[in-house]
Amino acid sequence: MTLHNPSVKSVQTTDAVVATGVSKVFDAAGVTALDGVDLVVRAGEFVSLIGPSGCGKSTLLRLIADLDEPSGGTLQIFGKSAKQARIDQDYGIAFQQAGLLPWRTVAANIELPLELHGFPKAQRADRSRELLDLVGLSDFGQRYPDELSGGMQQRIAIARALAEKPNLLLMDEPFGALDEMTRERMQTELTRICAETGAAVVFVTHSIPEAVFLSDRVVVMSPRPGRIETVVPMALGPAHERGDQIREDPTFFSMVTAVREALHQGAPARGTDNR
Amino acid sequence: MSARSRDTLVRAGAPVALGVFVLVAWQLIVTVGEIDDYLLPSPLSIAGQVVEFWPSLVAAVGSTGLNALIGLVVGSVVGVGIALLASLSRVVDYLSAPLVAGLAVVPIVALAPVLNTMFGADSETGRRTIAGLAVFVPVFINTLRGLRQTAPVHRDLMRSYAAKPGQVVRVLTIPAARPYIFTGIRIASSLAVISALVAEYFGGPRGGLGSLISSSAATSAYARAWAYVVGGIVLGLLFFVVTSALERLVTPSAAFPHGTTDSTTRTSSTSSTNLSNTAPRKELT
Repeated sequence: MTLHNPSVKSVQTTDAVVATGVSKVFDAAGVTALDGVDLVVRAGEFVSLIGPSGCGKSTLLRLIADLDEPSGGTLQIFGKSAKQARIDQDYGIAFQQAGLLPWRTVAANIELPLELHGFPKAQRADRSRELLDLVGLSDFGQRYPDELSGGMQQRIAIARALAEKPNLLLMDEPFGALDEMTRERMQTELTRICAETGAAVVFVTHSIPEAVFLSDRVVVMSPRPGRIETVVPMALGPAHERGDQIREDPTFFSMVTAVREALHQGAPARGTDNR
Repeated sequence: MSARSRDTLVRAGAPVALGVFVLVAWQLIVTVGEIDDYLLPSPLSIAGQVVEFWPSLVAAVGSTGLNALIGLVVGSVVGVGIALLASLSRVVDYLSAPLVAGLAVVPIVALAPVLNTMFGADSETGRRTIAGLAVFVPVFINTLRGLRQTAPVHRDLMRSYAAKPGQVVRVLTIPAARPYIFTGIRIASSLAVISALVAEYFGGPRGGLGSLISSSAATSAYARAWAYVVGGIVLGLLFFVVTSALERLVTPSAAFPHGTTDSTTRTSSTSSTNLSNTAPRKELT
């Protein structure tokens, strides 16, 4: 088994995610978390899911990851069932909590998926060195997670998600627990990493500027039941050319406004209330 | 002298100083107060007996220590093993919970006369069984609690990796339980010595610390009885220190600077609260 397995990895022509009429009902609570969601994420595309709490954006991500099963509709990941895609390790995943194993060194954490899937030791060590370089933490391989700041831990979690060179990256508010400055730096870094790896990304967030800065398209969702309200295309140019200066660009602001208005569709946006 | 080394000196020196003070005061009280030997022998006469009966004392520590060690090892292995089964299978969990709850309230040394009869008067097996039973309870309880400590995010991660159940146990469940397992073994180490020693009061082969304490006291050799008690204290300390060292040995180096030093508080909270806490939570895969 190698990291360059052509049969699994040369699926760039197939869409990364195709959801058709996907719904999810949590029987125990009687809550309809998702209702009739249709979504296509193309290979290499960065798509953010945004919406208020309870709109089912994390649920949708968990369905794509096959951590939960949909109650209705179909999901295809690179043309396969979600379960098969999980078994084939077609995606890498990162959560809001870094979720590193505290008894393993940083390098051993990054190598965990490779270890579980039987890669030889030398190859694992090479790959973790590569990934530590990629996330700018080359000197920290032999440290333990407790010795790292929250931002550093999250970078390690992203490195771990990239360990098997997935063509799809699933991220559930990975920067949600970070302070604003660290967060912006991580976003810039993520655009660079995505440009380098060419992976498609499904990114769940609460933050409008974050979604605008990172995404090719922003999917705006509404709660009770969770639905896709609208999809706002972004036009900030190719990911690797997006620097921090773009955050002060008029195009950036107009897109933030567009997403905000889409979010408040149906209910009047705050500040424009009739009085 | 740096503040740090002064701190170390105070920490190591203070208990030694207190110990010396207590011994001197004890000696003075016994000598000046002319207290009879059967009430309280003086430290010096106890020390004299330690020297005089040194070979017999060493043999007694060895004999009782071996029983305690066998009980500790067997009880720990069985405790960890059954806890592992209980964490994986709801049936085993439901079967074992009331059994262990029952075992936890039985004064296990009270079984000594029964077990001595069962295994025969010339056998050490009864004592080893008692030590093993005493060890099993805290090891089982703490291990089972530890095996339920995996975080949801880690379970999600293992599922996303399509990890096999055996891999989840090896990579996640057991490492997460490790501090709890060692807390259990550390508590059990003292219990093993106490049980092995007290079990000797109820007959069986002679030559261990317990039987020598009781026979010395019965022949009015009070200082000698105390000398064997000192042997018991040393043995208990030895078990505790060795199991604590073992815990440090298998814990990743970074875990200690960030406080596992409050292990005694953790010990009491884990051992007291968790018989009721058997609510099954086993989304392992």
